[in-house]
Amino acid sequence: MSDDLGEKLQALTCPVPVSDTPNILLGHGGGGRLSQMLVEKMFAASFDNAALSEMHDGAVLPVPAGRLAFSTDSFVVRPYFFPGGDIGSLAVHGTVNDLAMCGARPLALSSALILEEGLPMEDLWRITRSMAEAARNAGVSIVTGDTKVVDRGKGDGIFVNVSGVGLVPDGIEISPRRARPGDVILVSGAIAQHGIAIMALREGLEFGTTVETDSAPLHGMVAGLLEALGLDVHVLRDPTRGGVASVLNEIAKAAGIGVSITETAFPIAEEVRGACEILGLDPLYVANEGKLLAFVARERADQALALLRAHRFGAEAAIVGEVTDEHPGRVVLKSRVGGRRVVDLLTGDQLPRIC
Amino acid sequence: MKFVDEYRSEADVRKVADSIRALVTRPWTLMEICGGQTHTLIKYGLDRMLPELVTLVHGPGCPVCVTPLELIDRAVAIARRPEVTFASFGDMLRVPGSELDLLSVKARGGDVRMLYSPLDAVRLAQKLPERQVVFFAVGFETTAPAIAGALLEAERLDLPNFSVLVSHVLVPPAMEALLSSPACLVKGFLAAGHVCTVMGTHEYLPIAEKYRIPIVVTGFEPLDLMVGIRMTLAALEEGRHGVEIQYSRCVSPEGNLPAQKLLSEVFETCDRPWRGIGVIPKSGYALTPRFRRFDAAKRFDVETVTAEEPAVCIAGSILQGLAKPRDCAAFGRECRPERPLGAPMVSSEGACAAYFSYGRE
Repeated sequence: MSDDLGEKLQALTCPVPVSDTPNILLGHGGGGRLSQMLVEKMFAASFDNAALSEMHDGAVLPVPAGRLAFSTDSFVVRPYFFPGGDIGSLAVHGTVNDLAMCGARPLALSSALILEEGLPMEDLWRITRSMAEAARNAGVSIVTGDTKVVDRGKGDGIFVNVSGVGLVPDGIEISPRRARPGDVILVSGAIAQHGIAIMALREGLEFGTTVETDSAPLHGMVAGLLEALGLDVHVLRDPTRGGVASVLNEIAKAAGIGVSITETAFPIAEEVRGACEILGLDPLYVANEGKLLAFVARERADQALALLRAHRFGAEAAIVGEVTDEHPGRVVLKSRVGGRRVVDLLTGDQLPRIC
Repeated sequence: MKFVDEYRSEADVRKVADSIRALVTRPWTLMEICGGQTHTLIKYGLDRMLPELVTLVHGPGCPVCVTPLELIDRAVAIARRPEVTFASFGDMLRVPGSELDLLSVKARGGDVRMLYSPLDAVRLAQKLPERQVVFFAVGFETTAPAIAGALLEAERLDLPNFSVLVSHVLVPPAMEALLSSPACLVKGFLAAGHVCTVMGTHEYLPIAEKYRIPIVVTGFEPLDLMVGIRMTLAALEEGRHGVEIQYSRCVSPEGNLPAQKLLSEVFETCDRPWRGIGVIPKSGYALTPRFRRFDAAKRFDVETVTAEEPAVCIAGSILQGLAKPRDCAAFGRECRPERPLGAPMVSSEGACAAYFSYGRE
């Protein structure tokens, strides 16, 4: 890896001369000189690692014996820059987290970009730097990639796919099917942050403070939890699209167990709650990008909570519910006023109500 | 959250629930008018905190649910036109027309957009002078002033490419229609707080007198609803009728006078069909002659589009409080939120959707 000074100098300017091509052209995906320049100067320089600098069709990695976790995720967020992050860091965190939720330590990532003709080169540079930084902070390398360019009007600026592999240590068994009655359910922090950050931006909502995305890599927090609790961690999930409600429903159905949660137990920032009220949304269905739900054996719940809270991404962690053998396949919520209701899957996106 | 949490206090809600239990001696059927109230009742599980003697039925106050099929078909016909950018509040997008809903029009290449405010549609029309921007003006007296404001702005800007497809409906004529039916079981009303914020309470006095029924203007938070229910039941137990205001932090007897003035400039009342109920006299808004040039139904010549509602769907009886969603043979079987037969299954405010999402345990 280049030394600090070289990196800082490099970070200052986009290495593809903006005067030549201030915007992405179709030719940047054509495999010719423009493509090569982009790959070499922008991606290889930013993601800087041995496997990538081979410039081969794929990466060849040494893998220790054991179990491999493999995950992929595509990102199409609009706008691609938002408070607290951008599509690049979001994509890296997303796949790192998907691997972590399998109990895996992330090993390597790929980056596949679909660029829209006309995308400002400076924007691509910012996103690339952000991916590189997110990967470096997560201690994982982007070892292979691909770039395609589509005609103007056929994309939304940039789409990012990040796939990744990770190693699952021995003595770890994370699966939705391992949820069992008596398990305690924890959330690692305040919910609905990411979805509201994006929606507030789209709708031009302003609050006293800016709502930022919670996008963050969770594998460090997961590693600590697994090291201490081992097989007593039964299920891990990051409640991204569809929010907490959708993920809990999936687990309840997969394991054939009932999930019982308490509305007031979920930490949520005041401005996020306010935005949900204004936009007519239920925070339980709003996306998170730096939170996890953990199902752990009852007798280890307090320890798990302390471990999550000790981590910088889990300071607001809380116990939010439990697994029961009543109402199998369903999530039942004790409401703020003490009533009970079923929390079901949404049909499509949450549609705001008229009045 | 200030001004919200106070109305969601478990201890206070329980206290009111206890006092309701102590108060009720006979069976009573109440109707909450507004879909937003239905939503709160079910979302917070308030219906399960009431004594068995009290039955709540859900009124026709969900704008999505009462919009007749033929208006959806007209919206779809307009939205499919290549020169049109069709804008709507979110939950109208999934309401099934005879063939398509608006989201499917979008998927097939139509320019359909979800907006939060009709004024955004006016801005869109300014930004896209080569497009015809049409706003689907749906709702009760609550959303109508916002539409009226948008139309005044469009008139001020003299926008040739802005129009509205008007489907506004009014609450008091619908209440009268329900009460005049011999099958009506409703003994007291929770009137819609936000409608009365705009319109005041004067329209409800003659209804309360004529049918000797208590009408309590009620808000939308859990505590609002519980207190509104208690006020209605207290009146019934004591043999009183008349109009009372629970939602006094928003509603005054005279209402929002500037908004009412706006409404009278832009709209005049007309006969209007309600989904599952039929035509109710003087129950809708149409544009006044001054604003008729902004009428999308005329501009795009869709006034002749008509439609038949599916026979199996009992939306009409549900909207009139004569049946509960679970009484419907199609509920949860042929009719589900992902493939709704009738509008009450579409909107989260709709009685059927509320039962489906929150009620199945």
